[in-house]
Amino acid sequence: MTVLNVQGIDISFGGVQALLGVSIEVNEGEILACIGPNGAGKTTLINCISGWYHPDQGQISLDGQDITRLPAHRVATLGVARTFQNIALFKRMSVLDNIMSGAHVRMRSNFLSCGIYWGFGQKEEVHYRELAEDIIDFLEIEHIRKTPAGSIPMGLQRRVEVGRALASQPKLLLLDEPMAGLNVEEKEDMARFILDVNEERGIPVVFIDHDMGVVMDISDRVVVLDHGVKIADESPEKVRKDPQVVKAYLGH
Amino acid sequence: MINRECGVYKTTYQSDMAFFRVPLARSTIIVVLVLAAIVIPFVATDYWFGAIILPFVIFSIAAIGLNLLTGYCGQISLGHGAFIAVGGYTAAIAYIQGVPFLLSVFLGGLNSALIGLLFGIPSARIKGLYLAMATLAAQFALPWVISRVVPFLVPTGLAVAGGDTVYPPAIYIFGWQVETWLDRYFISLAFLVLLTIFSMNLMRSRVGRAWIAIRDHDVAASILGLDITHYKLLAFAISSFYAGIAGALLVFFYFRIAHVNEFDLGLSIRLLAMIIIGGLGSILGNFFGVAFILLLPIFLNRLLTTVGEAAGIYVSTGITSGVESLIFGTLIIIFLVVEPLGMAKLWENIKDYFRLWPFSY
Repeated sequence: MTVLNVQGIDISFGGVQALLGVSIEVNEGEILACIGPNGAGKTTLINCISGWYHPDQGQISLDGQDITRLPAHRVATLGVARTFQNIALFKRMSVLDNIMSGAHVRMRSNFLSCGIYWGFGQKEEVHYRELAEDIIDFLEIEHIRKTPAGSIPMGLQRRVEVGRALASQPKLLLLDEPMAGLNVEEKEDMARFILDVNEERGIPVVFIDHDMGVVMDISDRVVVLDHGVKIADESPEKVRKDPQVVKAYLGH
Repeated sequence: MINRECGVYKTTYQSDMAFFRVPLARSTIIVVLVLAAIVIPFVATDYWFGAIILPFVIFSIAAIGLNLLTGYCGQISLGHGAFIAVGGYTAAIAYIQGVPFLLSVFLGGLNSALIGLLFGIPSARIKGLYLAMATLAAQFALPWVISRVVPFLVPTGLAVAGGDTVYPPAIYIFGWQVETWLDRYFISLAFLVLLTIFSMNLMRSRVGRAWIAIRDHDVAASILGLDITHYKLLAFAISSFYAGIAGALLVFFYFRIAHVNEFDLGLSIRLLAMIIIGGLGSILGNFFGVAFILLLPIFLNRLLTTVGEAAGIYVSTGITSGVESLIFGTLIIIFLVVEPLGMAKLWENIKDYFRLWPFSY
C-alpha cells in the first residue's frame, strides 16, 4: 500500500534546475533513505512534499489525495510531519510546549474555549498532555520537559524536534538530516528512535543523511539523487554496488 | 508571582497545568486582590484614584493587549493609540444612543477589534520594521477618519469643538449611577481581572502556543500546520479588543471626554515602552511596566520637591520636570541594559535566586 506517491516533479529556482522528473513512492511501514552529494536536491524534495515549495510540474499524492498545490499548513493537517536540517525548535518555549504545539493540528479549541479554559479547553489540553507525555517517555527526555528548548544540547534538540513531529500523529515522517552534528552515542539513540517509531507506531519514515553506516543499517530502501535527478532507487545492498552511485557519491 | 516550588509535588497533569501551579502563588494573588479590593478603597484619596490608581488599572488592560500581540505573537504595532481611540469613541457614541453601559463598552472593544484586524492584514506579508510602518498608518488615518465621521453620529448639542469631541453623559449600570472614583475603580478593576485571567488562559493553551511558535520560528510553525495568517490576524483582533475596552474605560471614567488629541502617536509609543520595560512575553510584566511608566514620573517629582524643601532650596517646576525627564530616561536605559527582557525577567532572576534559599545545595 503506497502512502506517498511523488510523480515526476520538476522544480527550478531561476536558472538552477533543482529537481528534474523525480518520482518516488513510500510504502506503508517503510524506512526510506535519501542520499546524494550536496546540492543534489534532497532537501528540496522534502520541501516539496511538505508543501513548503510547490513543484513546477508533476504530482504529489498522500493516501491517494492530491497535495501538490496545498499550502504547507494544509499538508501538515493531512498528516505529513517533518524536522529540519538546522534545528527549528521554538527556542523560548519549554520542551513540553514544543511537543504540545506539534499536536496543534489535532486540537480543536479556538480562542474562546482557550481563553475561558475551564471546560472544553482544559479537557483537551489534559488529553493532549497525556499523549505528549507518552512521546516524552518514548524519547527519554523526561528530565528536560520544562527546560526552554533553546538551552538544551543539540542531540536532545534533535530528539525534541522528532517528538514535536510525532505529536501531530503523522501518516508520514520526513527527517532532514536527523544525525547531523551528533556524536556516535547520540546517533545510535536516534537510529533506535527511528526504528521504534517505524515499528511501534507504524509510521513510514523518509530520512536524508550523509552517514552511510546509519543509512545502510536502518533503511529498507535507498533513493539516490544527483543534480536533481534520481539515479538509483533500490535496497541498500544493491545501492552500495551500483556503479552510478559509486561514481556520483559514494566513491571507492 | 512568588513561587517556591520546592516540595510541591503533583500527581495529575491537570494539577500540573493548573492556573496556580504552587499553593503560594494562589495565596499571593488572593493577598493582592484583597489589597486591591479592600485596602486601597480605604486608604486612597480621590487624588490617588484619579492620578495613579485608575490610569494604572486601565492602562494595564491596554498593555496586556499589546503584549499579546507584540510580546507573544511577535507582531509590532504602532497603531494602538488609534485602536484605543476607536474603542473609546464607539463606546461613548453607543452609550449616547441608548445602548446599556456594559454593552457599549463591549461594543467599543468589538469595533476596535474589527479595525485592528483590518490594519493587521499587512502582517500576512511583512514583518518587523516594515510592519511597524504599516501599523503607523492606523495612527495617522484613524484620528482623521474619526474626526470626520463622529459629527454625523452624535446628536447635536452633545458634541462640541469641531464636532469630534464627545462628552459621555452620566453613567448608569442597571439603574445604579456610577459617580465616585471608587465606583469607577471597581468597575475598571473587574474588567482588568477578567481580561487578565482570559489572557493567562490563552497563553497556557493552544492559541498561546501558536502565537509563541509564530514569534519564535514562523517557518516551523507553518510546517507544523498553523495557519500563520489566521493566527496573526487573531492576535491583532484580540489585542485591539483589549485596547478598545481600555479606550472605553478611559473615555467613560478617566478623561470623561473623547477627543482625538488624547490618542496620538505618543500614546502608542508609551504603551510600547510599558511592555518593553515591563517585559515582552509576560503578563505580570505589564503591571510592572505600567507602574514604572505611570508612577515613576510622579514619584520623582515628589522626591525632587521634597529634597529641595529639605535642603532649603527653592526648586522651580521647570527644573523638577527637567531633572525628572533626565532621571526617567536614564533609568529606562539602565533597565534595558541590565535586563533586555524587562522587569518581569528581573523578577524571575530574583525568584530563581531564592528558589533554594537559604540552602542552595
